[in-house]
Amino acid sequence: MAEHFEITDAMRALIGKETPPWTYEVTTTSVRAFARGVGYTDPVYFDVEAARRAGYRNLPAPPTYLGTPVFIPGSSSDTFSTPTAGVPRLDHGLPGLLDGGVETEYLADICAGDALTAVTRLRDLQTRASKALGTMLIATVETTFTNAATGAVVAVQRGQAIYY
Amino acid sequence: MAIIWNEIEEGTALPRLEKRPGVTQLVKYAAGSGDFNPLHHDYRFPQAKQLGSIIVHGRFKYAALGELVSNWLSHRGRIRKISCQFRGMDFPDQPVVCTGKVKRKWEENGERLAQLTIWTENAEGKQTTPGEAVVVFTG
Repeated sequence: MAEHFEITDAMRALIGKETPPWTYEVTTTSVRAFARGVGYTDPVYFDVEAARRAGYRNLPAPPTYLGTPVFIPGSSSDTFSTPTAGVPRLDHGLPGLLDGGVETEYLADICAGDALTAVTRLRDLQTRASKALGTMLIATVETTFTNAATGAVVAVQRGQAIYY
Repeated sequence: MAIIWNEIEEGTALPRLEKRPGVTQLVKYAAGSGDFNPLHHDYRFPQAKQLGSIIVHGRFKYAALGELVSNWLSHRGRIRKISCQFRGMDFPDQPVVCTGKVKRKWEENGERLAQLTIWTENAEGKQTTPGEAVVVFTG
């Protein structure tokens, strides 16, 4: 928690910077694992035949699931599984982290068998005063997911990380 | 019975999806999503100790709102956009009731679309995860 926190020029210089591309895999096993994690009972997310009958080419990615980032020790976050290699570091020094919100825009179907290439960029930095948490830093981050085989953008996800 | 575009109107309610994720469910979500933040499974983790409990992943609630919309569409439509804000914490073994209603329906470029207001409610009826979705009907 910070009483006084200011966005530095070094932090502001990261706005617009992109991460290197990273592969997110959508597989039959990863779709089932996500669907189990949410608690789905709809067979379309588990049974390939049911998915085909419902008009999909394979198990569809459940809403909000955009694949599982390939995990490489030393290049991925052990806690969040997301890529860390070459990712610009925002040195804000604030210890607390909250998820503020998230928006996903779909431009095409995502199904098991797809490999997605994700590139994340920092869109914006703002500060906001909170009675409970002091001065908070709000980072808006945007990730573009491209189907690696077709080159088409299939989804864009925007999220707000709150540091305090 | 699957919903169809002709039968919905402004204010039409989505069937409630009541969840009550316990620790095991959150562990399954951690495995499925890759989010192993100990705040969602380890009661000894400092932030959990400070709060007096582990908490439900915000993204679990986001995905549950996705399930609410998916169940309602029954694959007769697709989600174009889905968003939510995390306004309050939820705790294991407590109700997370996902619900929503049609805010607007319209046709555009030959497509049949609907905008939905969606949210999760806790046991006190507080909306901890308000959000929105846009869906396009295909069937």
